Order: sequence, then C-alpha cells, then structure tokens
Amino acid sequence: MEGELILMGKYIGAGVACTGMGGAAIGVGHVVGNYIAGALRNPSAAGGQMATMFIGIAFAEALGIFSFLVALLLMFAV
Amino acid sequence: MSENVAEGPSGLQIHPMDQFVVKPLFGGEHINFYTPTNVTLWMALAVLCVIGLLVLGTRGRAIIPSRVQSVAELMYGFVYKMVEDVAGKDGLKFFPYIMTLFVFILFANFLGLIPMSFATTSHVAVTAVMAMAVFITVTIVGIVKNGFGFLELFWIKAAPLALRPMLALIEVISYFVRPVSHSIRLAGNMMAGHAVIKVFAGFAGVLGLGAVAPILAITAVYALEMLVSFIQAYVFAILTCVYLKDALHPSH
Repeated sequence: MEGELILMGKYIGAGVACTGMGGAAIGVGHVVGNYIAGALRNPSAAGGQMATMFIGIAFAEALGIFSFLVALLLMFAV
Repeated sequence: MSENVAEGPSGLQIHPMDQFVVKPLFGGEHINFYTPTNVTLWMALAVLCVIGLLVLGTRGRAIIPSRVQSVAELMYGFVYKMVEDVAGKDGLKFFPYIMTLFVFILFANFLGLIPMSFATTSHVAVTAVMAMAVFITVTIVGIVKNGFGFLELFWIKAAPLALRPMLALIEVISYFVRPVSHSIRLAGNMMAGHAVIKVFAGFAGVLGLGAVAPILAITAVYALEMLVSFIQAYVFAILTCVYLKDALHPSH
C-alpha cells in the first residue's frame, strides 16, 4: 500500500512536471511569432536575425528541458 | 528501462524505449569501457561518413567542384560564417572545434534516423561529454584570455548598483547550468522524436494492413525529425559560439 502510494506520487509528479514543457512551447512560439512579424515588416533585415532567433529559441527551450529532466528523474532516478 | 513498458488492456504492447538499450555487438553480457557496442559502431560510422564527405569528397580539389565537393564546401562555408557572425573574428581560431562538433552531431543525428539504426546522440552520456568539453574549454579560454576580467561576465556594469548582486547570483547559476541544458537539449530532442515514432509504429503493428493513419503520422513525424536533427546540430554549434563569445568578450 505504502509502496503503491509512493509510485502513484512519482507518476503524478512526473506528469505534472511535464506541464512545464507547455510553458516552453509558449515561449518558443512567442519568439518565432515575433520574428515572423518583424520579418514581414522588414524582409531585408530578416536573414541577419535568423541566428539570433535560434539562440532565443534555445534559451526559451532550456527551461522546458529542465521540467523534462525533472520528469525523467522522477521516473527513473527517484 | 523495463518499467516504461506500456501495456493496454487489448494486449497492445509498445516498447518505445527499447531502441535505446546499449548492447555489446558480439554477444556477452558485460560492458566494459573497451567493449564494442552498438553505440561505438554508430559513432564510428558517423566519423567514417564525415571522413568520406570532407576528406575523400574534396580530394579532387577541382575548380569546378563535383557534387560531393560542393556539399562539403557549402557545409564549411556555412559553419565558417556562423562562427564569424556570432563569435567574432577572434573566435575563428576555434572554427575547427566547432566544425567538428557540428558535423559529428549532424551525421550522428541523421544516421540515427535510418530505420533499425541506433541514435547515439539520444544518450545523455554522449552529449554530456561534448557539452562538458565545451564548458571546460570556454571557461579555460575565458580565464586565460581575461584573467580576473572574466568575472565581469557575472558583474553587469550596465545594471544599477543595487540590482547587481542579485543579477550576479542569477548569472552564476545560469553559467553553471549551461552544460546541463546544452547536453539535455540535444539528447532530449532526439530521444523524444524517436520514442514518438516508435509509439506510432506500435499502433501500426496492432492495426496491421489497415494502418493508414499511423503510417501517415510516422511519415509526418519522420519529416519533422529530419528538420529537428539539423536544427539541433545547428543550435548546439551556435550555442558553443555564443559561449565562446562570452568568454572572449566578457563585458556585456
């Protein structure tokens, strides 16, 4: 009984941790959406900011990766 | 990872994580550090592909390049421009290192997409080694180039004085978290994509010949994965350039 309760907590915790990835999705969408909006206003400047966009995506994504890491740790390490 | 087996009530069995098991190539159970496993096999194949493209492909040194040579030249020019744009002119000394990282990760990712192959970059152990190497290199370069000036990276002169200790704390944490996010970004993306394909393959296996929807889904996810493979290699290389720029010019 005790062990099943702990297992349940582990799985629920891992599932809840995955909601953090939704936040990362919002962040990445925000970065790309603003990039596209800016690129349509000034297409000639768009190419030069491509690398900046990818760096922004990578930083926004990093926080989602931490929640994924917490989920993995709960599933396999705790 | 036998805990992760999903068993539905109708005998639906999907083992999405079984493809990531490290096995010795020539039988046996024990894995020592010298044992040839499927990881070493696919990493060696990635290295062989890189050699084939970049060394054998450009052997002719033709003025009008052949198809293979022009692909190799395109790749060289792409990475060179990226290093120059992001890390600056003095970052070009590290161009061979970043080119090596980019090409190796790119080929490891693409070889992992071949059906029945093994995605080496989906293992955190593989990517963590590369990320730690980048982290240690960048830290040493920063300290050697700037001495104590390297600490200006954490002490932001542009911010008001009252805010600076708080910002310094945040900057220190974000600096030491870099190798974690750098390695898990690549491994997580590759692992998640392959697991998704495997889950859809499990559906297709249950439905048999009528599995139109899962096969269409696999095709779509596979195309997405090819894009992700390239973008993750690109992101890994460009973040290395960003870290290098921070080390070379620590003042914001």
